[in-house]
Amino acid sequence: MAGILIFSDKTNLALELLTAANSISSSNGDIKAVTINNDEQAQALSEAGANVYRINAAELILADVSAVAAALGQAAAELGSDIILLSSNRRGKELAGRLAQVIGAGCLTDVNSLEAADGKTTCNRNALGGATVANQYLKADKQVIAIAPKSFTPAAGGSGSINDLSVEVKPSAVKLLEVKTKAGDSVDIEAAEVLVAVGQGLNSKDDLAMVEELAKLLGGEVACSKPVATDKKWLSEDRVIGLSGKICKPQLAIILGISGQVQFTVGIRDAKTIVSINTDENATINSLSDYVLTTDLHEAVKAMNAALK
Amino acid sequence: MNIVVAMKQIPDLQQIRIRNRQPLFDDVPLTLGTIDKNALEAAVVLKEADESIKVTVLSAGNEEVEDTIKEALAAGADEAFLILDDALEGADSAAIAAVLAAAIKQMDGVDLILFGEGSGDNYSGQVGSRVAELLNLPQVGYVSSMEIKGGQAVVTRTLEDCDEVMEIALPGIISVMAGLNEPRIPSVTQILKAGKKPKEVLELDEVDVDIKKLAFTETISNLAPESNRKKIVVKSVDELLQGLRSENLIGR
Ligand SMILES: Cc1cc2nc3c(=O)[nH]c(=O)nc-3n(C[C@H](O)[C@H](O)[C@H](O)COP(=O)(O)OP(=O)(O)OC[C@H]3O[C@@H](n4cnc5c(N)ncnc54)[C@H](O)[C@@H]3O)c2cc1C
Repeated sequence: MAGILIFSDKTNLALELLTAANSISSSNGDIKAVTINNDEQAQALSEAGANVYRINAAELILADVSAVAAALGQAAAELGSDIILLSSNRRGKELAGRLAQVIGAGCLTDVNSLEAADGKTTCNRNALGGATVANQYLKADKQVIAIAPKSFTPAAGGSGSINDLSVEVKPSAVKLLEVKTKAGDSVDIEAAEVLVAVGQGLNSKDDLAMVEELAKLLGGEVACSKPVATDKKWLSEDRVIGLSGKICKPQLAIILGISGQVQFTVGIRDAKTIVSINTDENATINSLSDYVLTTDLHEAVKAMNAALK
Repeated sequence: MNIVVAMKQIPDLQQIRIRNRQPLFDDVPLTLGTIDKNALEAAVVLKEADESIKVTVLSAGNEEVEDTIKEALAAGADEAFLILDDALEGADSAAIAAVLAAAIKQMDGVDLILFGEGSGDNYSGQVGSRVAELLNLPQVGYVSSMEIKGGQAVVTRTLEDCDEVMEIALPGIISVMAGLNEPRIPSVTQILKAGKKPKEVLELDEVDVDIKKLAFTETISNLAPESNRKKIVVKSVDELLQGLRSENLIGR
């Protein structure tokens, strides 16, 4: 029976992959985990029940996708794993296609649920920019599946093992010159019960203050549409809701001045209650909302703050 | 220097209607992926600074690509290299990657191949990485800025928690991040001239790839999620807060 191999650069995501692997292992065989130059992660995975194979080779850097794919390809061959689960963060997504090509596999990325039945591993992933959910499987002996962060809870408890694995490291044609850590915005909008999300309808950065006040009054966090973070740079990318941001399921989402294009709505459509405040009564977001208020968001936020204080 | 920009033809997502949870593609115009347009813009900016750069747009898809690609020629690509066959429409990423890699091998002296971080419709982000492996080239993805220096590029890869400044030997493959620039809107004259720019069109059998062997992905269903929102129209902030209070959503 084909085995499963898991790898992520991030320990928390590797633990999620272990849960994902456990959920399909009865029909896909034993689970092995690979770590690269990360003993701490090896420890954490083994304590969560995984049989870990450590690759420790100083010349192998994660920034070299080609070399990492080559190393994982060798690991999969050596360990007899046909299904490889990666994390669908940026590092994992960039790796997925290359690794699939190395081992001649089919590949799906951004997968948010898995099911093993009838010899197939079926996956759900967003398609058409998030307008639809595609239910797909790979008709291939070898499969690389990249799992979206937070689709599974991290594995905990168990007793695995730690083993060493040596691979031949492919010579590198890239050089890592510098790593710049981002100024930390440690907000976790996925965990918030209430989100107040602003979009391009917000007039200026200064107006964020009253939005923050509203979020505070409601016991929630401020989130945003992508352009507010990437074009305007008013908020950090950690606060973006949507396809290339976070998938959030709060109890209450107040959406201010966001038009509701699919790449955004895919990240909020599982909220329990959605409120849209928009000057355009025909904004797409309104048809996806429970409460619709057609007005200027600035006026509405001021009035809400006054009423809630 | 020769830069190739790989671009995918996609339906204009904003015009797709959903009926009975099914996406409807009838009469939806075709365009090129948004992030692919960022990649093209990045190439055209490099070209504007260095006249010796030639930008070729590369695309594999159905016959309609020949028309859709004019958008890229109008926006600054010098020429197009197309592999057209109706069997390529919706083909697996593995198949498209094999076709693109085979096409690149037929082109002379390619120095840099640009992709978007993901296609506009599927956003799976595999093709650039697969092509890099097929051609045995170095790659850097999620690039938010780049500079060409001699035989190499210095780029910034933006990850969730950090930026990596990387040097990548050329020829190499770079996938750019969504929104790294503002793609230009071509003028009417540019659009008119686009039709006259050189195009090399190959048929699938001219690249010697058996795409049937690379059809890995089977789609069981592709439906819009069910949505039954209340859509209560309120007239004032007071009425809104009253509604939210009655549901115990605020003031708990
Ligand atoms: C591959 C890809 C991935 C993407 N991923 C994401 C993602 O993860 N998240 C995301 O958000 N986007 C994403 N996008 C972008 C997305 O397509 C939209 O461009 C974006 O969501 C639009 O943001 P917006 O609604 O804030 O802006 P707009 O579309 O410009 O909407 C602004 C809204 O504000 C309203 N408005 C204006 N003034 C006021 C006022 N005074 N008071 C009240 N309302 C007002 C307008 O009526 C309008 O509805 C992605 C795009 C692509 C191609």
